[in-house]
Amino acid sequence: MEMISFNPHDTCNAFITTQIQAPFKEGALSGVPIAIKDNICTAGIETTCGSAILKGYIPPYDAHVITLLKDAGAAIVGKTNMDEFGMGTTTESSAFGPTTNPHDPSRVPGGSSGGSAAAVASGMVPYALGTDTGGSIRCPASFCGITGLKPTYGRVSRFGLIAYANSLEQIGPMAQDVSGVSRIFSVIAGHDTHDATSVNHPYTHNPDPEKINGMRIGVPDEFFGDGVDPAVSTVVKEALDVFASKGAELIPFTMPSMRFSLAAYYVICTSEASSNLARFDGIRYGPAIDTKNRWHDAFSKYRHDYFGKEVRRRIMLGTFALSSGYYGRYYQKAQAAKRMVREDFARIFTDVDIIAGPTMPTVAYKLGEKNDPLQMYLSDILTVPANLAGVPALSVPCGHIEKMPVGLQIMGKPFDDETVIDAAYAYEQEVAKNGR
Amino acid sequence: MVSKKDVIHVGKLADVGVNESELEEFSVQFTKILDYFEILDELPEERTITGETFNILREDIITPSLNHEIALKNAGEEEEGFFKAPRVM
Amino acid sequence: MADEIIIGLEIHCQLNTASKLFCGCSTDFRDDAPNTHTCPICLGLPGTMPMLNKKAIEFALLVAKALHCEVLDECEFARKNYFYPDLNKAYQITQYDKPLAEGGNLIIEGDNGERKIRITRIHLEEDPGRSVHMGSQDRARYTLVDYNRSGIPLIEIVTEPDLRSPKEARRFLNKMRATLEYLNVFDSEAEGSLRVDANISIKGSNRVEVKNISSYKGVEKALLFEITRQKNAIRRGLKVERETRHFLETRGVTTSSRSKEEENDYRYFPEPDLLPLRVKSWIDAIELPELPDARRERFIKQYACSVEHAKTLTGSIRIAEFFEKVASIDHTLASTWTADYLLGELNYRGMSIDVVPPDIFRDLLSHLKNESITDKSGVEVMRIILDKIAHKEPIETPTACITRLGLGKTGEGEITGMVKDVLDENQSAVQDYRTGKNEALNYLVGQVMKKCRGRADPAQLNRLLIELLAKKE
Repeated sequence: MEMISFNPHDTCNAFITTQIQAPFKEGALSGVPIAIKDNICTAGIETTCGSAILKGYIPPYDAHVITLLKDAGAAIVGKTNMDEFGMGTTTESSAFGPTTNPHDPSRVPGGSSGGSAAAVASGMVPYALGTDTGGSIRCPASFCGITGLKPTYGRVSRFGLIAYANSLEQIGPMAQDVSGVSRIFSVIAGHDTHDATSVNHPYTHNPDPEKINGMRIGVPDEFFGDGVDPAVSTVVKEALDVFASKGAELIPFTMPSMRFSLAAYYVICTSEASSNLARFDGIRYGPAIDTKNRWHDAFSKYRHDYFGKEVRRRIMLGTFALSSGYYGRYYQKAQAAKRMVREDFARIFTDVDIIAGPTMPTVAYKLGEKNDPLQMYLSDILTVPANLAGVPALSVPCGHIEKMPVGLQIMGKPFDDETVIDAAYAYEQEVAKNGR
Repeated sequence: MVSKKDVIHVGKLADVGVNESELEEFSVQFTKILDYFEILDELPEERTITGETFNILREDIITPSLNHEIALKNAGEEEEGFFKAPRVM
Repeated sequence: MADEIIIGLEIHCQLNTASKLFCGCSTDFRDDAPNTHTCPICLGLPGTMPMLNKKAIEFALLVAKALHCEVLDECEFARKNYFYPDLNKAYQITQYDKPLAEGGNLIIEGDNGERKIRITRIHLEEDPGRSVHMGSQDRARYTLVDYNRSGIPLIEIVTEPDLRSPKEARRFLNKMRATLEYLNVFDSEAEGSLRVDANISIKGSNRVEVKNISSYKGVEKALLFEITRQKNAIRRGLKVERETRHFLETRGVTTSSRSKEEENDYRYFPEPDLLPLRVKSWIDAIELPELPDARRERFIKQYACSVEHAKTLTGSIRIAEFFEKVASIDHTLASTWTADYLLGELNYRGMSIDVVPPDIFRDLLSHLKNESITDKSGVEVMRIILDKIAHKEPIETPTACITRLGLGKTGEGEITGMVKDVLDENQSAVQDYRTGKNEALNYLVGQVMKKCRGRADPAQLNRLLIELLAKKE
């Protein structure tokens, strides 16, 4: 087996685990190094989800996407840092310390795939896998100035992704540019017989910059309203003008369902998480539970000691939302909101090909700045609709505000990730041509 | 308004061990968050939406189980091939 | 007060598919060491996802059809969330408000004629793992867990509270067991393959749930105990608490449950990793095999079995199939010898009819048909062979056994000689007979039987004895 050496100078704490010698096979990605977010199972390599409760856990199996990458010849060079169990927008809640933004070490890289974004942005690796439940690929891509794609729900297998919110999340590629994202996406997309929610829809597309001509681009009013930094709005609007200059038509519209989407998102993801995270009991994996005590006492102490505060907070919220007497009020109403969001997107997509706007309401915050949970949750406002609707969504860098990157978000019709990539590629190529 | 009693109750139900020092903080935060969730009150209750796909099934074929050592490899404690857990009584 | 008792049952049966409900691990785990039939999925390792076994659905639909249930247009799986060491995902994938089928019934022989017991619903779910305690559960210092059983497919059948006595409950279970065996979806002889929870109340009082009953006899015992306990409480003016109790099989009692399970809010929600099922149309393509009632009717017609024999012979599919393999020798003989003799001997030895090679039994039946041996010798041969099977020794055919032990029926000459000897040796009995004491004849018959080791045809012997006794006079 051939090996590559990997010994990065990891000043931003992007990695939890690095493989100093990473093996690889023959294939389309032969010898290409790729970093993997630490909530994706890698056989024989510690997988922690950024949590103390999985410290030392060595999965005995590879996630499906890992098998695909290895079969294509990629070299898995390390596991990247993340908000604990994917719960966060800054990578500050990791049990292994925060990751810093390569553009400014006093700022966060975004989250929860902050480690993957920083690893790519700092040039340690050309590609990384992240996961996106409510914006966790797009947010760090935006804050770190790289490109990241959340695929259409079901296009990439979730088998081996340690679940946070099953009905919302996807694994997706992160790279310096759109071609890179497209290249990795072509390897990981496709049906998996182990994942009943995965769909038979492989990706074999080459990004086409000409498709932008004549494209109808929806611009949602709500994405440029209150809660979005005016400076960000300005930069993104300039990016939209680039589309117009390439022959696309910009069509404004409103999305009434936006009012409900953040609450619906948090009800659904915390509910599913409260169930998904209940299995960590120290019996079969993770630090050993105290077997000298009584089950109930040992179990609550274990979870108190090894889960971080944000995780425990979300588990409680989700438990509450599912509990008897509240299920109808929260979970079932969140389902109504989810349907509304889907219908809104479907309605808009009868008239437009893609939707574009900012990825995040601001540029990257300072470390320690977002310390109120609700304030943190509100920063997901622009990214969660795509997860609720299951549509593809990508973030591509579109400028800076005082040296900090701004992300342009492009969303597409279900299973039309191809058009999203084409639009992003057209933008990127045009900007590169003009030397921005 | 989410009281400390509510936090204790949910903490027990979720089995995440909430201690005294956290009660105040959690009740303030939960109140804010649940107040925000109230926007959902405008909506009707609905079942989880289903798509157009059904009956995703696998054939009844046996595939190899994990080797016993591998199954127990990450175990906290084991005894005579069993996983060891705290007593349930 | 005949209508005083109200009983409902929740029956969990393990379906005998080859692989588990959500993964490909083999379901044949019983004789193997702990944690040797597990994989990342049924161990609940993080990141794994369930994949539904088609055969389990087919089996469940067979049951739904046999019980005349209505299959729902669309059903789905749900998570039942609770914390317990043997439930490794901390949720059980089951079906909650959209089960596979609803409505239906099973007809049983009630205490007063035929009764139609209504089925509320049937659904699929996975079995959790198994907790083991060194010594008693009360005093164990820790729990040991084996996940071989985790993920085994279960069908849960819930009845309306239509049963009126513990005996009816036992009959219901027996019939359900037989039906499931006939459908070939369940192996009743597999340990722990059937578990029952019972709900019981005395009219006017609270309902009590009894969990953890794992044998047919256990159900009747548990219910009888509960009825006594509840009636005693009522008689003393005490309130019957609405609670969950556990049945302790070895002591035959129910005890108040100390587990926190019943306090749990299970927080059911649809399983997001599985898609809904639309299998109502599959029911049309399903052909039911012959079920117990139909087979019983056929045995009565085809083999001229008595109603009682037909019931016994069709009570279990293994017995029914065995009977049909041996019946061609002589229907009546096969019927009597299987139902009245063989089953008794098997029960006594705790053996299954599966261990009896049908051709061995056919050999025995043909000797009986030819009248080359007496019934008594037949029983002796059967016992010898069964003992050999029980001790795992090599078995011989009945023909060989009869020859080896010289068990052929006595010939006319041989028996006449023996009778003469017995009469000579038992003068006082002969005198008794002649003074009119007929019991003396039985005694003399016994003596001859002893001498010839039961090989004398009783009718022939009787005739001969009476003849010779008459002569001597």
